[in-house]
Amino acid sequence: MEVLDRVLDQYNSKVYKNRKEHMVKVNQHGSNEIAANVRTIPGIITQRGCCYAGCKGVVLGPIKDAFIITHGPIGCAFYSWGTRRHKAKNEEGVANYLQYCFSTDLQEPDIVFGGEKKLKKSIEEAMELFKPSTIMICSTCPVGLIGDDIHAVAKWAEKEYGIKCIAFSCEGYKGVSQSAGHHIANNQLVRYVIGEGDRQISNKFAINLLGEYNIGGDGWETERLLKRIGYEIVSTFTGNSSMEDISNAHKANLSLVQCHRSINYIAELIETKYGIPWMKVNFIGIEGTIETLRNVARYFNDPELTARTEAVIADELDAVREDLAYYRSKLKGKTAAIYVGGSRAHHYQFLLEDLGVHTILAGYEFGHREEYEGREVLPFIKPDADSKNIESITVEPDPAKYHLYLSEEDLNKLREEKLIDYYGGMVKDMKDGSYMVDDLNHFETEEFLKLLKPDIFFSGIKDKYVAQKGGVLSRQLHSYDYSGPYSCFRGAVNFARDITMGIYTPAWSYAMAPWKTVPSLEGELGGEAVC
Amino acid sequence: MLDYTRKEAYERSALRVNPAKTCQPVGAMYAALGVHECMPHSHGSQGCCAFHRMFLTRHFKDPAMASSSSFTEGASVFGGGTNLKTASKNIFDIYQPRIIAVHTTCLSETIGDDLNALIQWIDIPEGKYMVHTNTPSYKGSHITGFSNMVASFISYLSLPAAKKEAKLVLLPGFVNPGDMRELKRIAEAMQVSYTMLPDTSGVMDSPMTGKFELFPKGGTRVEEIINLGSAALALALGRAASEAPAETLSKKCNVPYKILPQPIGIGRTDEYILALQSFSKNEVPYVFEEERGQLVDILMDIHPYTYNKKVAIFGDPDTVLGLAEFALEMGMIPKYLLTGTPGEAFEREAKELFVKFGVRGCSAKAAGDLYELHQWIKQEGVDLLIGGTHGKYIARAEDIPFVRAGFPIIDRYVHSYMPLVGYKGGMRLAEFICNALMDRQDRDAAEEDFEMVM
Repeated sequence: MEVLDRVLDQYNSKVYKNRKEHMVKVNQHGSNEIAANVRTIPGIITQRGCCYAGCKGVVLGPIKDAFIITHGPIGCAFYSWGTRRHKAKNEEGVANYLQYCFSTDLQEPDIVFGGEKKLKKSIEEAMELFKPSTIMICSTCPVGLIGDDIHAVAKWAEKEYGIKCIAFSCEGYKGVSQSAGHHIANNQLVRYVIGEGDRQISNKFAINLLGEYNIGGDGWETERLLKRIGYEIVSTFTGNSSMEDISNAHKANLSLVQCHRSINYIAELIETKYGIPWMKVNFIGIEGTIETLRNVARYFNDPELTARTEAVIADELDAVREDLAYYRSKLKGKTAAIYVGGSRAHHYQFLLEDLGVHTILAGYEFGHREEYEGREVLPFIKPDADSKNIESITVEPDPAKYHLYLSEEDLNKLREEKLIDYYGGMVKDMKDGSYMVDDLNHFETEEFLKLLKPDIFFSGIKDKYVAQKGGVLSRQLHSYDYSGPYSCFRGAVNFARDITMGIYTPAWSYAMAPWKTVPSLEGELGGEAVC
Repeated sequence: MLDYTRKEAYERSALRVNPAKTCQPVGAMYAALGVHECMPHSHGSQGCCAFHRMFLTRHFKDPAMASSSSFTEGASVFGGGTNLKTASKNIFDIYQPRIIAVHTTCLSETIGDDLNALIQWIDIPEGKYMVHTNTPSYKGSHITGFSNMVASFISYLSLPAAKKEAKLVLLPGFVNPGDMRELKRIAEAMQVSYTMLPDTSGVMDSPMTGKFELFPKGGTRVEEIINLGSAALALALGRAASEAPAETLSKKCNVPYKILPQPIGIGRTDEYILALQSFSKNEVPYVFEEERGQLVDILMDIHPYTYNKKVAIFGDPDTVLGLAEFALEMGMIPKYLLTGTPGEAFEREAKELFVKFGVRGCSAKAAGDLYELHQWIKQEGVDLLIGGTHGKYIARAEDIPFVRAGFPIIDRYVHSYMPLVGYKGGMRLAEFICNALMDRQDRDAAEEDFEMVM
């Protein structure tokens, strides 16, 4: 029986019907249509998180000088305190609150009588103790239900203290996954932050790095490489960023989009409002990085920049060639399954391919159809009750700040080539016969691991030990298991080293106790030893 | 490191900074994992369940399996009854647990879902069970949630028995599987027949065998919970975590109970062993005399390094009080004791400890946070900090040796397999504490004072 049927056949009819739509056996001549960004069935052990996690945890959390107050009972703030590895360095004149956790710690009377008073008081205390220049308020589930007007409180705080205060209605129940939270965070950053800066940018190769959260230092490695070539990074969204960086994003001449899912709204809105096109890039994997660097150079279309790009590629490649050849020799022919977020399940296939590891299953936790099938499916995605509840904002060109680096004609040419304003999704890079599974749940993880027997399962902390207890190496691609960076050339070596040690660690060979495989009875018979 | 923490005292009434507690549901989930073939179920939006599973997995480095009602905006408006019904069908179908243990979240509590009524409305397969507990995140802490879940297992399942048996109920409180194993080892050596509830050993410290088990071997059996009513006595270890379930068992099944402190250190382990002895009337076996003597011997040996050293301890109330008493037994001064969990008993019991050992200038606070603890340390320093992972930032900021003990420890390994309780746990703690202090002495020693022998 076909693998998908063997997994699905164990479900009751309702679950079967639902989950069938989320699984595709890749066929480059077929449609590969997949259901994504829809509700998880209650009771199914999903790995998905919530809207608050996507807003506060993913997009806003890395902004070092944003003083984020989680408005709600204590848990949400506590769980998102230092638990995502978006690294940030201290810099002169910029506050860094990443080691802190701020919450209104709502108690029962606040739920009954409303929490606005406590929120205001919290802001008052924050101003006394920390004097932040930006406060962000993130709602949790009960706040939306009791009707606290956090946006009014934010306006009050701005007036009262002359600071920036932005409210995010990112209650956990909104949407179907973290994805809704990304969208809400994107909207507010476009509304209230981007476009306000007045930094002088003299380098015409000025870029934004969107959807790079500096997990394990990825952003730093990418920035090092880009700066080496001659680019100026105006802003990174949002790894190691400051409010000032973000407010200047409208000054760049191109936005690079690493994680499409979490930041595509900003990419598009910036283009409409300020004229800056965006390019889907990938700094994970050697080939991916090289292709990205060449594409970016093509956009800027400058002979000197192009030459520098090639020189840097050659030099970086030289430095890692030997290491990579070694690791490739250790890893060639292995197979992998990847289940992460909304972009890494795609990006890491490139890096694995560089190492000779073939991806046999990939899925996203909160990706939409376009991350699987490409943006060409966008017109065919019907909004449902859950997606309709998430506000979509529109913007107009800003007459003072709108600027084009290339002529409309050149831009259209690049659009036709799908070099800018386009993302093709993961399916086009997958081989026939491999599998895409959306919102891969616990049961399916167990079943697919048993049926497909990959050598490595890349996922998160919740299913890591499920795989490993079952004898399959699991590496976390959310946190990189506290290693990294994994981006660009040097990162590829780190990644290769980490999975090689995972596969070859001697502990695997001890999993079976010796007495399980030797005869259980040993004794003497007729005076002679019998073994 | 923590550059914005001010030394000067500042009275806060609203803003919580660097909490020393988390919310009820994660405690309920942990408790439910200590019941064999039980699926903990989070009735709320799926982020809660994801956060709790993430956190428990990071502490135990073992899978924390649990399901969610996956509320959407619609469910939040119209109630989560349908979600729970669908969830229970799917859970029993797909994962085949013996029992589902539902806990609420601030979402389902705020909209007022009546779990008693909702569960009535659900088709529970023959021989299977579904229980629930209320765990509003805006009250108490993860310790309250743990306590509530244990109490609810009892109120749903345990039946009064006409005849009492010579059997003990052990309520271990919010401790690691390693502690539960040690508590059981002691009870077994004392030849006491017991049921422990919950028992996460064999679940959250399960072995690597090459085969994943959704429901590992460990955990209290449902039948054992049903039969708790026939026990002659319950020992509730730790007031904060275990009083409520003991009280529930007493009311429902007329099982008397004794509240004991979490048995950390010499005196508190003595109390545990004496309680077991008074119950079983068995002589205390030599092994404990030996272990106790070894621990006392160790404390004698190391006292030059521990005596009068000031220590700040934070974490969960029962654990902090135990660690504080052990610190006092070592001749240390528990300068600051802090828990995020609210409740007056903590401060009262801490003060009783200070009086008992005749120490002055120590303070204790419930419902506090790590920002405040850090302020105290800035005002008057300590020689050692003991607590969960979150303390490492204070330790680094103030350059204080740091011993990890309690929950959560998300930046180290092995801890959950090993005990803090019992004389053996005491030896382990003594080693941690002494090594931390002596490593510091070595680090700080001038070259000419660097000792080969210590």
